Amino acid sequence: MTKEYKTITEISGPLIFVEKTEPVGYNELVEIRTGGELKRGQVLDTSDEIVVIQVFEGTGGLSKESAVSFTGDVIKMPLSPGIVGRVLSGSGRPRDGGPEIVPEVLRDIAGAAINPASREKPRAFIQTGISTIDGTNTLVRGQKLPIFSGAGLPHNDVALQIARQAKALGEAESFAVIFCAMGITNEEAQHFLADFERTGALERAVVFLNLADDPAVERILTPRLGLTTAEYLAFDLDMHVLIIYTDMTNYCESLRQMGAAREEVPGRRGYPGYMYTDLAIQYERAGIIRGKKGSITQFPILTMPGDDITHPIPDLSGYITEGQIIISRELHRKGIYPPVDIRPSLSRLMNSGIGKGHTREDHRAVSDQLYAYYAEGNDLRGLAAIVGKEALSERDKLVLEFADKFEKRFVNQGRDEDRSIFDTLQIGWDLLADLPEAMLTRIDDKYIKAYHPKYAASAAKK
Amino acid sequence: MEVGKVKRVAGPLVQAVGLKSSMYDLVLVGEEGLMSEVIGISGNKHIIQVYEDTGGVRPGEPVKETGAPLVAQLGPGILTQIYDGIQRPLPKLAEMSGDFISRGLFVDGIDHKKKWEFKPVVKKGDVVKPGQAIGEVQEQLLIKHKIMVPPKMKGGAIKEIYSGNFNVDETVAVLEDGSKITMVQKWPVRQARPVAEKLAPTIPLRTGQRVVDGFFSLAKGGTAAIPGGFGTGKTVMQQTLSKWADVDIVIYVGCGERGNEMADLLHEFPELQDPRTGRPLMERSIVYANTSNMPVAAREASIYTGMTTAEYYRDMGYDCLMTADSTSRWAEAMREMGSRLEEMPGEEGYPAYLGARLADFYERAGRAEVLNGGQGSVSIVGAVSPAGGDFTEPVTQNTLRMVKVFWALDSKLTQRRHFPSINWLDSYSLYDQTLEPWFVENVSPDWNKNKRRAMAILQENAELEEIVMLVGSDALPEDQQITLEVARMIINFWLAQSAFHPVDTFAPYKKQFDLLAAILKFRDYAFEAVQKGIPVAAITSVPSKDALAKVRLEAEYEPILAKVMAQMDSEFKALK
Ligand SMILES: Nc1ncnc2c1ncn2[C@@H]1O[C@H](COP(=O)(O)OP(=O)(O)O)[C@@H](O)[C@H]1O
Ligand SMILES: [Mg+2]
Repeated sequence: MTKEYKTITEISGPLIFVEKTEPVGYNELVEIRTGGELKRGQVLDTSDEIVVIQVFEGTGGLSKESAVSFTGDVIKMPLSPGIVGRVLSGSGRPRDGGPEIVPEVLRDIAGAAINPASREKPRAFIQTGISTIDGTNTLVRGQKLPIFSGAGLPHNDVALQIARQAKALGEAESFAVIFCAMGITNEEAQHFLADFERTGALERAVVFLNLADDPAVERILTPRLGLTTAEYLAFDLDMHVLIIYTDMTNYCESLRQMGAAREEVPGRRGYPGYMYTDLAIQYERAGIIRGKKGSITQFPILTMPGDDITHPIPDLSGYITEGQIIISRELHRKGIYPPVDIRPSLSRLMNSGIGKGHTREDHRAVSDQLYAYYAEGNDLRGLAAIVGKEALSERDKLVLEFADKFEKRFVNQGRDEDRSIFDTLQIGWDLLADLPEAMLTRIDDKYIKAYHPKYAASAAKK
Repeated sequence: MEVGKVKRVAGPLVQAVGLKSSMYDLVLVGEEGLMSEVIGISGNKHIIQVYEDTGGVRPGEPVKETGAPLVAQLGPGILTQIYDGIQRPLPKLAEMSGDFISRGLFVDGIDHKKKWEFKPVVKKGDVVKPGQAIGEVQEQLLIKHKIMVPPKMKGGAIKEIYSGNFNVDETVAVLEDGSKITMVQKWPVRQARPVAEKLAPTIPLRTGQRVVDGFFSLAKGGTAAIPGGFGTGKTVMQQTLSKWADVDIVIYVGCGERGNEMADLLHEFPELQDPRTGRPLMERSIVYANTSNMPVAAREASIYTGMTTAEYYRDMGYDCLMTADSTSRWAEAMREMGSRLEEMPGEEGYPAYLGARLADFYERAGRAEVLNGGQGSVSIVGAVSPAGGDFTEPVTQNTLRMVKVFWALDSKLTQRRHFPSINWLDSYSLYDQTLEPWFVENVSPDWNKNKRRAMAILQENAELEEIVMLVGSDALPEDQQITLEVARMIINFWLAQSAFHPVDTFAPYKKQFDLLAAILKFRDYAFEAVQKGIPVAAITSVPSKDALAKVRLEAEYEPILAKVMAQMDSEFKALK
């Protein structure tokens, strides 16, 4: 039986300060009993004199009389194959009325870093069925690709569509989905759950729910629990795991709140100076390990405060993740779904997952050419608004029209429309075919001869 | 050695009592003996940063002294290695603890058992100086590793020297004062290694990147910064430079960045060939990978460990390139440790000594007469990751005060997928003047002239574009419309260069020069034609112009370029 202390000297926000303890380990799991309730916390600072503890379930109801005991161990997640199909709270307790997880293994949720020398280079193409992703910002297995969005935009629909449609080409096997909700509304959570249920995804999903009215500090645990589970499924049970967590912005707010409670020197806009490292520790838990069958692919969703991409949360995320899919308010207003603005979007791992042997040899060139004229067409919109369309040169008029058609035919698609990569490339070629061939300066002649609609029919015959 | 006691643990920072260690000495914290460094001494307390995760460490646990600072182990066997920030070979760590890095592991930076064939280059009785080579080891097929008298040894006459197979701890020579020379040197990473004399940067470092070599070139021994928001191309540029730069040794420091990028590099380097030698790039490379999720204190150290290895190969007379991706993560590691120490923060929470640390680092670059007598160099290319992409932030600003070359990445170019996204108006190279004679002598007398012409066209283009935004391009006089077109050609056919195209990724000087000269030739034809009253639309639609766009994608480009230029000549003659 571990010793109980009733030596709390101070309670401040999510923190409690305890004195006269035995030596306590940094990061150790702490249990606090008050009335009949059990709360859990973690040691943030430990010394002979005083121990500082953050309490995950909030300090409401705690007093100097509450009993604190130290478990002598860091926080661990109980795991067994039976976890698949379960709905858990943001701190990992059953939320579906089912029993506690009977652990086969216990894993430290802090997650050790994958040895960079043990990583396998991710390069298996994942077809999401969405043209703006597959065609121009291709996702590969083991990638971390966040969705940057704004309040009121359909990022959840996009994430769900990806979860439904994602498949590796030529493989029947579908992904196990881990869904971590952090501070989202009950309604949003229900939207996800209903969709998982409708499509049968729930049977191969693990859900962690920390909702808007659940304690904010708990959010610090939620992604760690989800990722520990993901590592177990991927590297112990050989599964391909897709983990969606939403909303990273709420997670970061919790970090900021903790930092403020500890009176730390804040970094940019009040967020802790270690936020980059903290986020990296989560995001870097994606990938593939050489010699192991499974993989972890991450889809974090974050809403950009004030649609500002330079805000520290999207900014630091963008610096860590392997690209970003940007949901645009402007396209959304135009009625385009999915409103993905490809210009600031990026997939850093695209290159290793496309081309001959993955998708098709002309993929890179087509994508580059689409980008070039869509971006130029967008710039020309500004000019046309000032000088009038008539004042544009013939070439510029073509480019301007190209941008409009690109949005309507390439970007826009149905919520259940699952395009194959070849459909996507075909749409791209059809759009490019409306431009004079000499304008296709980014495409090697051999691909023009093979795939340009003008030649494709005869090329196919050969 | 004293054994102290942990007093307090908060994240990577530990306070201990009962120690006599000096600043920057290594100590081993806790029962597991976690590698750590003293970073502050206050009263009877030592303040210690731990290079590993501190979860579970308690007050009262022991702290052991080592009596020495963090050193790099320098000797044969460094090349092809991949290390963490404190020079532990990552494959060794994987052997010991599996695919996830665990704690308290000790591994030497180089293999102390392996035997190397040592060939003396001096003989008994010869007098040797500190830094002088006394023998050689064939470390890689094309790279000889010089075994040098350690710089801190006094030197003197050789009493004994052996030849044959030795491990790095065995004595290969004895000096008259009795000092024994082995094949390993231990050097404190935070200290610059000495050289005989620093030399002027008069030789360009060829990168094969047109915008770099052609416009904003780096000198051997020079310093460059490449700042840019996320996704603007810092990493791709650093990797591309590591692949194609004409240096002998590349030290790639992945400092607080992605694991998958390191995997990518480790996957590619053994397969790609050094364009100069045809040998796998890995043979000339050393990789430090302290990714963003690995301990921050070791991240902070990685820059110094990398730098020390670079200097060591420089001392053998090699040209070395050190790339650091990203120096901002290094600065943030300082900020993180600084704020935990409750230091008075400077700008944006960075420690007040940020500028001094950056200066010390970049000062370690340079071309030099080395102690061994020959010449060697360390060039540095540092990526900077400004918060919000805003170059006014402290790390960018402090870096720009130090470096001589500024490659300004521009997210507007990135959005158009113009790569490398180096802004041609904002960037600069202060080596411009000093390198000009080299280009005239070694590439073409017109190299500098053409460069200035092209830059002037781009400058004019920028001014014209502002007018176009108001009135449209058709309203411009005809010669200015031609300038717009020529600028577009310089930008799209010459400055743009795909790192992923098997041919275009690397352009030799001659090809860079020929392509630019061809575009300028078009300009001359076009101006002549305008003067003759030929309409702009006719001029800009000559088919040879579009054909010129793709010449850069050809390896054997010369006959193709000649054909295109002949075609251009006849097409312009035919214009009426
Ligand atoms: N020279 C280049 N050629 C082709 N693509 C490039 C080039 N530079 C960058 N890119 C593209 O931009 C993406 C982001 O580049 P990266 O170097 O990872 O950015 P950063 O390190 O600045 O965040 C790459 O994944 C690649 O798709
Ligand atoms: Mg990068």
